[in-house]
Amino acid sequence: MKISKLTLLVVVVVTAALLVPTMALSQAPPAGNVDNGKELFLKYSCYACHGYTAQTGNGARLVSTKLNQQGFTNYIRNPRTNGMPTYTAKVVPDQQAADLFAYIKTFKEPPAARDIPLLNQLLNEK
Amino acid sequence: MAKKNASLNRRGFLKGAAAGAAALVATAPAANAQRAQRGAAPAATAPQPSEAQLAADTTPRPAQVSTRIIEKPGSDFMVDVIKSLGIEYVAANPGSSFEGLHESLINYGENKMPEFLTCTHEENAVAMAHGYAKIENKPMLALLHGTIGVQHAAMAIYNAYGDRVPIFMMAGAGDTAVPAHNAVDMGSMVRDFVKWDHQPTTLAQFANSCVRAYKLAMTPPTAPVLVIAESDLQERPLEQKPNIPKFVMPAAPAADLGSVREMAKMLVAAENPRINAGRVARSQKSIEQLVELAELLGAPVNVGGDRVNFPNRHPLAGNGTGQPDLILSLEAAGGGGGFGQNAANNRAKTINVSSLELLATHNFNINGNPPQADLLITADAEATLPALLEEVKKLITADRKRVIQERTAKHAQANDKARLEGKEVARFGWDSSPVSLARLAGELWPLIKNEDWSLVSPQGFVGGWPGRLWNMDKHYRYIGGQGAGGMGYGAPASVGAALANRKYGRLSINIQTDGDMNYSPGILWTAVHHKIPLLTIMHNNRGYHQEVMFVQQMCSERNRGVDRAHIGTTLREPNIDYAKMAQAYGMYAEGPISDPKDLAPALKRGIERVKKGEPVMLDVITQPR
Repeated sequence: MKISKLTLLVVVVVTAALLVPTMALSQAPPAGNVDNGKELFLKYSCYACHGYTAQTGNGARLVSTKLNQQGFTNYIRNPRTNGMPTYTAKVVPDQQAADLFAYIKTFKEPPAARDIPLLNQLLNEK
Repeated sequence: MAKKNASLNRRGFLKGAAAGAAALVATAPAANAQRAQRGAAPAATAPQPSEAQLAADTTPRPAQVSTRIIEKPGSDFMVDVIKSLGIEYVAANPGSSFEGLHESLINYGENKMPEFLTCTHEENAVAMAHGYAKIENKPMLALLHGTIGVQHAAMAIYNAYGDRVPIFMMAGAGDTAVPAHNAVDMGSMVRDFVKWDHQPTTLAQFANSCVRAYKLAMTPPTAPVLVIAESDLQERPLEQKPNIPKFVMPAAPAADLGSVREMAKMLVAAENPRINAGRVARSQKSIEQLVELAELLGAPVNVGGDRVNFPNRHPLAGNGTGQPDLILSLEAAGGGGGFGQNAANNRAKTINVSSLELLATHNFNINGNPPQADLLITADAEATLPALLEEVKKLITADRKRVIQERTAKHAQANDKARLEGKEVARFGWDSSPVSLARLAGELWPLIKNEDWSLVSPQGFVGGWPGRLWNMDKHYRYIGGQGAGGMGYGAPASVGAALANRKYGRLSINIQTDGDMNYSPGILWTAVHHKIPLLTIMHNNRGYHQEVMFVQQMCSERNRGVDRAHIGTTLREPNIDYAKMAQAYGMYAEGPISDPKDLAPALKRGIERVKKGEPVMLDVITQPR
């Protein structure tokens, strides 16, 4: 059977069009579930180092994180600080990491210190 | 033998009591009749005394004095010795091995100087003395029951030893009623972490030992001491009072002049010196001397840590700027302290002045590694400061003064910036529930800053927020931590420190961790009973929070998941109601408070009550750290 160049081009384009979304889906991080994330935040004692509102404690202030979901997952798999434990996919699967990230992102940065009247007084003390 | 004949010991007392009882049985028909009436058998009519018996009972005769009466016991003399040392308080949980001394303290000594403090645990007695000494700079007496009381007290003694705090302890011995409460060598149980212990066998020796023990406790390196008060010495009749040695406190061991001059030369020649202060200041005077030294040298001084050595808002308080070329460590553990890493990185020269090596024991290495320095001086840093100041002043020329002024300005600017940044981060979690520790400290400050306040609890577990937000300018503003990291220190040490603060009218504040509170909460009753004003604010994070993090780390290292890290590390199910706990001991209490908006009104109410002279507890549910 002879296939024309045009037919071949059409087949390639259609196949590519079908494959691209599939590949993208396999690489995209899973969507996070806030409610699950809240449950995991407590269950895995994340609050112990980061506080119940991701703002206090000895660990990083998660409320201010510049990481995206993928960066967050990468970070917990291979943390840069000694204080942060390592969480492999065996103990925190990608979906759970996504859920945790979704929950962390619900917290809002606090106002500036100067905008908190009592704290502003403390800042002005010499 | 003479000792045995002259004394009425416990065994003799029991034998005498039995003989007396036998005699009564044989010679007292009326008593027999009464006993028979109390018995199970039907009461018989009591026989009437004969004429002869009646005559014998009613005829006047000289009163016989029971051999059980000893109006002048040896323990009265022990009280004389204790009074000669100017000791204000004696803290104790009662024990039969020192009941003779106990009786003399409250009756012969009239319960004044020292006054008896009732404690519910020996650990509380010693930890109270620990906190008291850090405010008052002198020991309180802690009385310990033989063997079991000494063992109960052991952890608190170890903390005080690690913190280099003077405590005068006495333990009873020779109580034969309960063999398990005796020991051949009572001091051996804690010998590795007391500076000196002795078991005198005569009252004269007791007096010598007490005076010596007190001096040793107070001579740097200061530490706990233990004298054993044998029951026999306490209870034996006092025939003649021995002499009490004259008490003169020896001068502290200061550095020799040659070493001081060499140190001064290095410090004045340095281009960027730092001062690393550990347990150097025992008084306000030495804080002022350290300020003078820092200002003369333009040297930043670290803040926080073991106690207030330097005012935390002084321009030179902090790490300053640039790499140091010389670090002066004063009574700093391990010799490096906060600037140790800088020194290693920068190859800065180091001077170490410390009396810590004089407290070395073979079993416990509280000192860590032996100090390493280019100039190593084994002496008390506080006692060395006056001579060092004089030598530094002699060496500073006009040129050096100009250089020093320039670097002082740079350090001041850097420290000011660091302090501001340290405060600004208090905004994180400010409105969170549970309450953030920054908010707790922040809400307290405006309510106490115009009072003569004293933080009597450690701040390591509260994020160091008081040190960041409050003006710590006096030696009693902050008295540091446990010493050896033993929990169970915080609650009783705070009460002891508050007791010392009471006579100065100071407002004592205790930010109390929940794990520590549960070791021996009976201290709450002691505070109420003795009317010790103290505001206790629970840092109630419902767990041994640091251990949560440690176990979590271990779970992760082993790749087994962290969902069980709470097992054995948290205090939940049920949550502990600390307000009810305090109320059960008779203390005014409020809580639990978990909304930060409720905090300030509760703090105001609490402070008002404390200022009237009572202890108060506020249970605040807090962020973990």
